[in-house]
Amino acid sequence: MSMLEVHNVHKSFDGTEILKGIDLTVDKGDVVAILGPSGSGKTTFLRCINFLERADGGEMIFDGERFDLRTVHRREIARIRRKTAFVFQNYNLFQNKTVLDNVTLGLTAVRRLPREQAKARAMDALVRVGMADKIDSYPSQLSGGQQQRVAIARGLATEPEIIYFDEPTSALDPELIGEVLSVMRKLAEEGMTMLVVTHEMEFARSVSGKVLFMEGGRVIESAPTAEFFADPKEARSREFIRGILQARQG
Amino acid sequence: MSERLWDILVSSFPRLLGYGLKVTLPLTALSFALALVISVIVAMIQYAKVPVLRQICRFYIWIIRGTPLLVQLFLVFYGLPQLGVVWAAFPTAVVVFGFNEGAYMAESVRGALESVSRGQMEAGYCVGMNYFQIMWHVVLPQAFRTAFPALSNSLISMMKGTSLAATITVMEMFRQAQVINGRVYESLALYSETALIYLIFSTVLTYLQRWGEKKLGQYGTVK
Repeated sequence: MSMLEVHNVHKSFDGTEILKGIDLTVDKGDVVAILGPSGSGKTTFLRCINFLERADGGEMIFDGERFDLRTVHRREIARIRRKTAFVFQNYNLFQNKTVLDNVTLGLTAVRRLPREQAKARAMDALVRVGMADKIDSYPSQLSGGQQQRVAIARGLATEPEIIYFDEPTSALDPELIGEVLSVMRKLAEEGMTMLVVTHEMEFARSVSGKVLFMEGGRVIESAPTAEFFADPKEARSREFIRGILQARQG
Repeated sequence: MSERLWDILVSSFPRLLGYGLKVTLPLTALSFALALVISVIVAMIQYAKVPVLRQICRFYIWIIRGTPLLVQLFLVFYGLPQLGVVWAAFPTAVVVFGFNEGAYMAESVRGALESVSRGQMEAGYCVGMNYFQIMWHVVLPQAFRTAFPALSNSLISMMKGTSLAATITVMEMFRQAQVINGRVYESLALYSETALIYLIFSTVLTYLQRWGEKKLGQYGTVK
């Protein structure tokens, strides 16, 4: 049984249909890259399945439990979110909290862990992203790459079953992208289930096991990564990959 | 300066200062505390767009900001008794000052809340917090920091504004000055002296504000 399935996700903003029925299946340990040109609905899709946007229609099966994305109740959303973590494009660290408190807040306030226990778990997470030496800094004192790594630690500390990444490196200066990608690569190797919206083709190609290629609010192609890059089935996928390669050479 | 005038100033100073410390400042503190509670509630209702309550809040702000404070004081203290609502002068002053400044402060707090990035709220949800936990741990502290200078402004303005309580028989510093003046007829000297004490108070508050801003500035975006 797959860990997460979503079917037929629909979403419109002001009468414009952004998602026209998206399906996705994720198994435990999968790293799925969601690719596609800007405006294809990738981010909206990711936000819908973590309920940051309320979908107009669609179904989710998470750990065998079935939910209607349009009507799912707040309590159930909270319950699902406890098993997930979300990494934002612009990090969204709590500006008024130190690095350590950013990571412990979800543990002390939500999961009612005693302070010491929360701190120990937070330190583990911060060590994994290489930020254990900055625990007393505030987000504004860190580089973008460091902030994003703390944001990943914040998610890790809650011991999620899956982490959603929404273009985690798009807001970063080029020289800071590597440190975030290498943390993500390590998580993937450790078996973390990840769903990654990204423009980093090299990362998608070398780390993900599956690709979901979206355009115009639809899934154009869903395939194992090696297959997708070596032998894309759809004309649009081929064009997209060719475009990326040309852009790199050009 | 004549010796008589000097004596009047010297003997009235501790007396005025005493009323300032024992009445003006507590009146300010109580009114401000009330205003703070009101403003945070009103601002949060508007921020969260709670239906009905939100309209009531807009109405409250509209009424309070659209009418003079002095008229509000008179209305409650001299007008409401005709409806059988009789309050003592001091509580009346606290309530009127509190609700009055609360309306202005609500707008400062609302603006500050809205200046906190929506992403903070989303990040809070994503680590599993509920609305009130996020407000308490993340949004309100940041908003408070943003609103702090405006709120300090309100506090200082309110401290001076308590002199209006004299008009509804509250024996505070300014009314005490009037009482003394009624005996000695030295308006220029006595009211100058009173003004000086208000100035001392507001100077202290200004320093407190600066100290507070420095304290709050230790985290977050200013560094």
